[in-house]
Amino acid sequence: MVIMEITIPNTAVWMILLLPLAAFALVALVTRFSGKPWLSAWLSIGATLAATCLSLWALLSVMSSPHHQIAIAGFDWLVISGSAGIQMGIILDSLTAVMLVVVTIVSLMVQIYSQGYMHGDPGYPRYFAFISLFTASMLGAVLADNLVMLFFFWELVGLCSYLLIGFWFDRPAAANAAKKAFIVTRIGDFGLLAAILLLFSQTNTVDIAQLHNMAIAGTLSGAVLTWAAIGIFVGATGKSAQFPLHVWLPNAMEGPTPVSALIHAATMVAAGIFLVARMFPLFEASPEALTTVSVIGAFTAIFAASIGLVMTDIKRVLAFSTISQLGYMMLGLGVGGVAVGIFHLFTHAFFKALLFLGAGSINHATGTFDMRRMGGLRKLMPWTYATFLIASLSIIGIWPLAGFWSKDEILVSALESQPVLFALAMITVFMTAFYMFRVVFLTFGGKYRGDNRPHESPKVMVIPMVVLAALAIGAGWFNVNGGFASFLGHGESYGFIEGLFGIFTHPLTWASLLMAGMGVLLAYAIYSAGWLSAERIGRLFRPFYRLFFNKYWLDELYIDIILKKIIINGLFARLKLFDTLVIDGLVNGVVRVAMNVVFIGFKSFDTLVIDGLVNGAGVAVSTLGRVLRKVQTGQPQLYGMFIILGILAIGLCLVFAG
Amino acid sequence: MSIGLEHYLVLSVILFSIGLYGALSKRSAVVILMCIELMLNAANIALVAFSRFITPQLLTGQVFSIFNIVVAAAEVTVGLAIIIAIYRRHETIDVSRIDLMKW
Amino acid sequence: MGLEIAFWVLAVIVVAAALAVVVLPNIFRSALALALCFFAVAGIFVTLSADFLAAVQVLIYVGAVAILMILAIMLTREVQRGNLSNRLRMPVFVLVSIFLGLTVFAVLNTPWPVSAEAPQEPTTSALAKILFGQDGLFILVEVAALLLLATIIGAITLVRDK
Repeated sequence: MVIMEITIPNTAVWMILLLPLAAFALVALVTRFSGKPWLSAWLSIGATLAATCLSLWALLSVMSSPHHQIAIAGFDWLVISGSAGIQMGIILDSLTAVMLVVVTIVSLMVQIYSQGYMHGDPGYPRYFAFISLFTASMLGAVLADNLVMLFFFWELVGLCSYLLIGFWFDRPAAANAAKKAFIVTRIGDFGLLAAILLLFSQTNTVDIAQLHNMAIAGTLSGAVLTWAAIGIFVGATGKSAQFPLHVWLPNAMEGPTPVSALIHAATMVAAGIFLVARMFPLFEASPEALTTVSVIGAFTAIFAASIGLVMTDIKRVLAFSTISQLGYMMLGLGVGGVAVGIFHLFTHAFFKALLFLGAGSINHATGTFDMRRMGGLRKLMPWTYATFLIASLSIIGIWPLAGFWSKDEILVSALESQPVLFALAMITVFMTAFYMFRVVFLTFGGKYRGDNRPHESPKVMVIPMVVLAALAIGAGWFNVNGGFASFLGHGESYGFIEGLFGIFTHPLTWASLLMAGMGVLLAYAIYSAGWLSAERIGRLFRPFYRLFFNKYWLDELYIDIILKKIIINGLFARLKLFDTLVIDGLVNGVVRVAMNVVFIGFKSFDTLVIDGLVNGAGVAVSTLGRVLRKVQTGQPQLYGMFIILGILAIGLCLVFAG
Repeated sequence: MSIGLEHYLVLSVILFSIGLYGALSKRSAVVILMCIELMLNAANIALVAFSRFITPQLLTGQVFSIFNIVVAAAEVTVGLAIIIAIYRRHETIDVSRIDLMKW
Repeated sequence: MGLEIAFWVLAVIVVAAALAVVVLPNIFRSALALALCFFAVAGIFVTLSADFLAAVQVLIYVGAVAILMILAIMLTREVQRGNLSNRLRMPVFVLVSIFLGLTVFAVLNTPWPVSAEAPQEPTTSALAKILFGQDGLFILVEVAALLLLATIIGAITLVRDK
C-alpha cells in the first residue's frame, strides 16, 4: 500500500529512542526532587507522545519506501583497534516500524492510565522514570542493527522489569517476584549470549544484516547455525515466558497493574517473539530450530491455558493467558513465518493491555483481584465491562474482531505444516474461550459478592481503555486484504471486503468459531446459568484439577528440588566439601609439609645435630670424667705407680729411640 | 774382678727397686716408710759411688749424701708423727683403708 | 782383694735385708731387718772410702730412724696385722721389674768417665772444709738446721693432744 513519498530524517529516528531516554534521565535526576509529581508524569508522557508520533511517521516512511526499508547510518561506540568494536546502529524496516508503533502506543496508553491508578503513590516520579527507561530500552532493542546493541538493550529491558515488578519493594512478595523474573530471564539470556558468541566466533560479525545474508547464502549453515538459532530461541523463551522458563510471569503480577499491562502485553514478552522474528533468516535456514520453536510454542499454549482454567486471581488468569498467547505467537512464527507471528503480537498487544487495564480498573473499584469476591460489576462499571468484553471476544477469536484474524492465520499455517500442533492449538482455542468467559461471568455477572462499594473508574483511566478497545476491534483489519502480511514481506494482497467476508468460505474458520463458541457456552453453563456445578466438575476431574491448580508443580520443581536439593545442597555442598577437603587440604598440607620439613626439619636438625654435638660434648666430658675419676682412688700408691709408669715410658723412649 | 762403678750402681738400683716395690704395694704405712728409707739409702750409695769414681778428690757426692740423710731423718720424724696422728683418728694405718682423697 | 770380698758380702746382706723388709710377715722383724740393712749400707760406704759418712749413717739411720720405726710399730700395734700387700702387687711388681731391667741396662751401657785418681782419706776434714770452711756450703748447714727445727715443731704439733 503505497501512499505518497514520505521520508523521515535520520535524526528523527534516533529521537524515537533518545526522547524517552532523556525523559528518564531528567525525571530521575531533576524532577523527582521537584515536589511536583505531575511534572515527572507529564515529562514522561510527553516524551512518549513525541516518540509515538515519530514512530507513526517512520511507519509511513517505511511503507512508502522501496523494499520497505530505509538505511540509517550508525556510529562507533567502542573502538577496539585491529578487531571488531561495538557499533550503535539502526535498522528501519517493516518489522521495526510495526514494533515501534506497538510499543509507543501501548506505553503511552499505560502512562496516561497510570496517572489515575498510581495517584498518590509515594514513588510516583520513580515510577514514571522507570517506565520511560523501559520504553527507551524496548525501542532500543527494536531499532538495533547488531546483536551486541540488541543484547545491551535486551538486558536493560530485563533490568527495568525487575525495577518495575518490584516497584513496591517493601512487600516481600513483590521483591521476590522481581528477583524471580530477573533470574529466570537471565537463564534464557545465557542462551542468547552463547548464540551471539558462537555466531561471532564463526563469522566474525555481529551485524544482523550480514548474518541474514550469510544464512540465506548458505555460508552460515549446519550445526553452527542450528545451535545459534536454538540459543537465540532460548533467550526468547526466557523473555517471552515459554515453557519451561515461564514461571516468572504469574509472579510478576505483584507489580502495579499498568506495569503488568505494559510488560505483558506490549513490551517485554513481545521482545522474545521480536527476537525470533528479527533473526528469522537463521531459523528459516535451520529446519530443526524452526520445528523446536513451533513445538515449544504449541505446547506452551495448551499448557498455560490448562492452568488458567482454575485460577481464582484475575491477574493470574491473564498471566497464564499471556503465556498461552505467546505460545501461539511462537507457533505462528514456526509454521507461518514472521508475518503470522508478528501479526498476532500486534493484535495481542492491544487486547491484552486492555484486559490488564480493565483488571486494574476492577481492582481500583473493588480493592481485590480475587474473582470470588467480585460479581455483578456489569451494571456498576459499565465502561470497564464493555471494554473488557470487547477484549475478551477479541482474544478468543470472534469475527470480525482483531484476535480472530491473527489467530486464524496461525491456525491456517499450523494445519498446513504441523497437524499435531494444529490439534493442540484448536483445543487451546476452546480452553481460551472457556477461561476468558469464566472471568467475565464471575466478575461481571451475577451479584456482587464483595465488601466494597464499586464504582466506575475516573476518565483518565477509562479513556485509554476505550482507545485500546477500538484498536482491539480494528487492528486485525490491516491484514484483511493481506496488507499487513505483504508489508512484512509475505503473502499476497486482495480486496478488503473480499477478505472480510471471504474468510467464511474456509472450513477452518467455522471450526475455530465453533470451538470458541463451545468454550463460551460451557463457561455460561457453569458460571452464569448454573446448569452445571463447578464443584462437581472439579471433583469429577479431581486429578486434573489438582494438576492445573498447582501449576503442574513446576515452581516446586524448580525451587525445592532443583535449586535447593540438587544445586545448593548437592552441587554447592559438594563443591564446598571439595574446596574444604581438597583445596584447603592441599594448601594446608603444603604449608604443613613446608613447616615440617623446613622449620621442624631445621628445628630437629638443630635439636638433634647441633644440640647433639654440644650436649654430646658435655656428656662425653662428664662420662669421661666419671670414668676417669675412678683413677682417683685416694691411694697415693696408685699415683706412685702411675708415676713410675710414666718414668718408664720416658726411659724406654730415651733408651731405645735415642 | 775389680769392683767398679757399675757394681755399686747396680747394687743401688736393686736396692732402689726393692724399696720401690715395697712402697707401692704395701698396706702398712710404717712399712711404706721403711721402704722409702731403703730408696733413700740406695740413692746415697749411688751418690757416694759416683763421687768416688768420677771425681775422687771432690767430695760433692758425700756432702750431698749428708744432707740427704738429714732430710731423710726429718722426713721420718714427721712421717711417723703423721702416722701416729692417723692411728689415733682411724684406729688403723692400713693405707688402703684411708682414702680421703677419693673422688 | 779384701775390698772385693767385703763388697760382695755386704752387697748380699743389703739386698737380703731389703728383701726381708718387704717379704717378712712380721713387721717387727721387718724393722729389725731394716736396721741390719742400714748397717750393711754403712759397710758399703766404708768400701767407698766414705768413712765419715758411714759413721753418720750408723748414728742417724740405725740409731734414730730404725728406732723410730720400731717405736711406731709398737705404738700402732701393727704387729698383729702382718705385712700385707695391697691389690697393686702384681702390676707394681711387673713395673718395677721392667724398671730394674731398664735401669741396669742403662747403667751398664753408659760409658762412665771413670777417673783413676785415688780417693781422699780421711774425709772428715775435707768435708769440714767444704761445709764450714771459706767459700763453703755453710748456708746449707743453716738451712738444714732450720729444716730440723721445722720438723721438730711439726712433729710435736702433729702428735700433740688437744
